[in-house]
Amino acid sequence: MDFTQLLQNMTNGVAKGSCYALVAVGYTMVYGVLQLINFAHSDVYMLGAYFAYWPAKWMGYLPDEKGGRAQDVPLALVGLFVVGSMAACAAVGALIERAAYRPLRHSGRLAPLITAIGVSLLLEYGGQMVFGTEPRLFPTFVEAQSYDVAGVKFANTSIIIVVTAAVLMGALTLFVNHTRQGRALRAVSHSFNNARLMGINVNATITMTFMLGSSLAAVGGILVAMDQPTITPLMGLRMGLKAFVAAVLGGIGSIPGAALGGLLLGVSESVVAYWSTTYSEAVAFLILIGVLLVRPAGILGSSAREKV
Amino acid sequence: MSALLAADQLTMRFGGLTAVKEFSCAIESGELFGLIGPNGAGKTTVFNLLTGVYRPSSGTVTFAQSDITGQPPPSIAARGMSRTFQNIRLFDELSALENVMAGAHLRGNINLFDALLRTGRHAREEKRQRDWAYKLLAFMGLEERAGLAAKHLPYGDRRKLEIARALATEPKLICLDEPAAGMNPSEKQGLAQLIRRIRDQLHVTVLLIEHDMQLVMGLCERIVVLDHGETIACGKPRDIQSDARVIEAYLGVADG
Amino acid sequence: MARNLLVMLGLLAGCYGFNFVMAEFIEVVYVDYINLCGLAIILAVGLNVINGLAGQFSLGHAGFMSVGAFAGAYASIMLTYGVIESGPLSFVSMGSFLLCLALSGLSAAAVGALVGAPTLRLKGDYLAIATLGFAEITRIVLTAQDAIGGPTGLKRIPKMPLLPGSEKWDGGTSTFWIYAFVCLVILLSVNLQRSTFGRALICVRENELAAETMGVRASRMKIMAFVYGAFFAGIAGCLYAHYQHSVRPDDFTTVRSIEVVVMLVLGGLGSLTGAVVGAVIVTLLPQFLRPLEESLGLSGLSMVVYAALLLLMMLFRPQGIFGQRELSLKLLRRLVPGGGKESRP
Repeated sequence: MDFTQLLQNMTNGVAKGSCYALVAVGYTMVYGVLQLINFAHSDVYMLGAYFAYWPAKWMGYLPDEKGGRAQDVPLALVGLFVVGSMAACAAVGALIERAAYRPLRHSGRLAPLITAIGVSLLLEYGGQMVFGTEPRLFPTFVEAQSYDVAGVKFANTSIIIVVTAAVLMGALTLFVNHTRQGRALRAVSHSFNNARLMGINVNATITMTFMLGSSLAAVGGILVAMDQPTITPLMGLRMGLKAFVAAVLGGIGSIPGAALGGLLLGVSESVVAYWSTTYSEAVAFLILIGVLLVRPAGILGSSAREKV
Repeated sequence: MSALLAADQLTMRFGGLTAVKEFSCAIESGELFGLIGPNGAGKTTVFNLLTGVYRPSSGTVTFAQSDITGQPPPSIAARGMSRTFQNIRLFDELSALENVMAGAHLRGNINLFDALLRTGRHAREEKRQRDWAYKLLAFMGLEERAGLAAKHLPYGDRRKLEIARALATEPKLICLDEPAAGMNPSEKQGLAQLIRRIRDQLHVTVLLIEHDMQLVMGLCERIVVLDHGETIACGKPRDIQSDARVIEAYLGVADG
Repeated sequence: MARNLLVMLGLLAGCYGFNFVMAEFIEVVYVDYINLCGLAIILAVGLNVINGLAGQFSLGHAGFMSVGAFAGAYASIMLTYGVIESGPLSFVSMGSFLLCLALSGLSAAAVGALVGAPTLRLKGDYLAIATLGFAEITRIVLTAQDAIGGPTGLKRIPKMPLLPGSEKWDGGTSTFWIYAFVCLVILLSVNLQRSTFGRALICVRENELAAETMGVRASRMKIMAFVYGAFFAGIAGCLYAHYQHSVRPDDFTTVRSIEVVVMLVLGGLGSLTGAVVGAVIVTLLPQFLRPLEESLGLSGLSMVVYAALLLLMMLFRPQGIFGQRELSLKLLRRLVPGGGKESRP
């Protein structure tokens, strides 16, 4: 067994897992407050990548048709593109919640679930209509480099991914635990009605939840796009399923759980990929079913019992 | 002669909370037995333990001479114990008649192929269920409501329909969880008579949870009183009424 | 039961006539639409028993279909040619075909029981996501099998068997075979739905705990629903494979499963009539939108319309076109003015 290769796979897994975690947070927060699998979340992630792609393209940071190599995007502009994409995705997330989910909030659980699937299809294929079906090369936000440590390669993009994810997740945790709005979020996910009785603006809090999750998904989309480096309108499909699995694995509703679940899933996939890349695609689903059967509340979640 | 239903030292813990502690009772065949206690005393938990919804942390349940502790609800229903729910659980989309027929499904003897191919056996079973269900609806005074969807029935009728559905399983013992909740005094009167007729005419033993003291005292032959999960008294209504601990549980300790 | 057999024989004769009319008078494109509708109906009516009657939200129907498709296609190729290699297509014999269909249905049903059993404890969206996971695992496992062609799948799957007098039909006998099973699944599902079993399934859907305390073994009922739905998904898969003459694991992605669920939701979850109507709409809609899509150069348009339709449906009529009602003589009579005599007690 080639341990260097295995170690290499595991380090790649950590980077992949960090992206899962960023997207998983959105699933877990929305599920926490609405008990809804927001299928459209992974398409907001896709939009995040496109929202950063378009301004870069307009400003000429992409290879032109003649195949000439485009220059790298300056760091200040990268920051601007990322923040712009986060803001745009936050707006999209809020819009989805307002237009599609809020009208159905009191009509059982099936209708919102179907609606979520509908919104997801709408964004995926609407994306195909607007952006075209072919994969697009993502602009060079960072010049690719890699550092060799004892035979294991560390790509600078991977390091950026892990650091960015860690910083954002940390900031989110601080926000949720130590601010007024964060407290409102926790109250709403604990009980809708009680929160309302305590004078918390439930609608505003839910909108905020969608905006937070969507902006983190946007960053996830950009990071993955930098790493790949192509993007397509259907790139959210696989990411969505896996990020959701990460959320379930960590314990749905729990933000540290999403981080933990994302990392565990990323690393397990990469380790299995050492033997078979085909079966590494199945890892997420095996984990999902395993978790649901053995401990549906996930690693860090807590379960509630139906009152008889 | 041994009891129809015997609970022995039943205990149920949820995490650190002991909802029911060492509950014991023995109900004879043909009895009208009451289970009372203040809110949160653990009455419904006892029902859930007896009917297999919860598995007790310790203790045993014996029904008709066999140990049924920890058996799933369908097996317990098949042995002849049926129940209603405090928060009514009807099959809302089905009609009143179909709700009762669903209860009768248990005693049917057909397989999937009879159903898929509509064999004669299935037709006979369908007729048996229908006739039996009509009979029970009439018994409960609901024959006018047969075709109405359960969700459209008025509150009192929903409670009665649940009893009819439970009776359709042809039980030896029926457990009624606050059947009179939300009814007015005259409705309660009618219900009390109905419960007595269930015992007298259908020969079904009745175990009753009820809040209305007057109803329980007038109806039940023996009563057990729970408070904070513990049995504080057991006996005839007259003894219960004068029991100091019962009065204390219901009214609080008198000062001075 | 005898009446049922007679009805089925009559329907088979009808299917033969239908196929004859298709072969003689209808353009090939439209015949294709009609056949695709038939396959969709088999899938949707089967899934309606799981999702509609038993109320178990399964999102993995494509998985069952793929098992049936590969089992049936592989058996058919082996029984007809003996080897997997390229060459002209020929007809599978009647006996072999029936054997393949049985194999497809049973293998899919076995997988259905396998999926149904462990996921019984899950409810609602958790069940949905678990069944979706199972379907994806099935697809990945199929992709990894070199014996059935790996990612490229099976090709040169024989044509469906000839019928007496069908030699000159250009389009073959697919319409007959597909619609024979459409009739079968509808007939059996109507019987099931109206039976005491069907009522027990609905009880599980309406209130599982109450059903259990009334003696209905909810787990057994749910597995039965899964087995039934999966069986017909397997049959549909086998028919699909023989109809297309090729199958790939990627024919059975999550999008496919979602499509079948959308058919049910559109028609009205729990209504058999709704399932049929939903299947037809969801199959035909993209076919008619595609010319528009191509002329505008907007790929994805048909799916966008489809998604928008779904969203509007959820907003304005979440119970679907039919709700839980069925198209029956009674309903027809009520729709005709003065035709229905409503008796109210």
